[in-house]
Amino acid sequence: MSIINNINKVFDHRIRLGIMSILMVNEYADFNMLKELLDVTDGNLASHTKALEAADYIKVEKQFIGRKPNTRYSCTKLGELEFKKHIDALEKIINKH
Amino acid sequence: MESKDYLKDLSEIKDLMNKSSRFISLSGLSGILAGTYALIGAAIAYWLVTEFSYGTLTLDDYIFRLCVLILFLVAFLSAITGIYLTTKKAKKNGTKIWDATSKRLIINFLIPLIVGGLYILIILDQQKYGQSGALMLIFYGLALVNASKYSIGDIRYLGYIQIVLGLICAMLPVYGFWLWVIGFGIMHIIYGTLMHFKYDTK
Repeated sequence: MSIINNINKVFDHRIRLGIMSILMVNEYADFNMLKELLDVTDGNLASHTKALEAADYIKVEKQFIGRKPNTRYSCTKLGELEFKKHIDALEKIINKH
Repeated sequence: MESKDYLKDLSEIKDLMNKSSRFISLSGLSGILAGTYALIGAAIAYWLVTEFSYGTLTLDDYIFRLCVLILFLVAFLSAITGIYLTTKKAKKNGTKIWDATSKRLIINFLIPLIVGGLYILIILDQQKYGQSGALMLIFYGLALVNASKYSIGDIRYLGYIQIVLGLICAMLPVYGFWLWVIGFGIMHIIYGTLMHFKYDTK
């Protein structure tokens, strides 16, 4: 049971895992960078970043570069911790089979 | 979810981590060509020095100036070839040539390299040119080690080799020329060939 408990429902989606993976190894990433790397539509990406933000796993900063609005994402300490737990749980499940 | 899906998740995570933080489109072929330029440049310099300068070099000599010119030419041609072939490879891979990963790679590569280059120019100006071969190898090696965090990890080993050659060169300045030939010429060709077969031919 304990392994199953560590599987985080918030991460139970390809795109959310993707967002977290990118933010784990980069200090921050902006909307377009995530979009290109994950190959998703604006709406799709926005809904997933919102879910991660609601869980307090990522931090969103809105700023202006010149006149263009730019949204920047970074991973929170909590997000980092939960992501690591999730990956450990995945590895354990795989090793069991 | 089946465990098979989890396995796919993990490999996708790894892939995204690499893709978003490392610039991996460096071309192996450009290493081979850079090494070839270095060998040709070294051969011309060797010929000039033995033929016209009795095997020795003094700073105000025009032969010395020619050698410096050859050096810059080799560096320039290597950079141009590297940029051209890497752009081509990035296009083929469908990645952008100028994004966050390549910017980070260039910046981290250039910091030790420019510092080293300026330092060599400064001490040359003070008539201390005995160590320039060693310094070139050492700073170039440090630049490679520094850049390896943001690219194919293998370039770290090329960096270590250059640093070791540079230190040997500092102890044995008499062999400076040959160590330079090994470091910038032969090592580039060996490394480029290995990378070409490891990454490019896939």
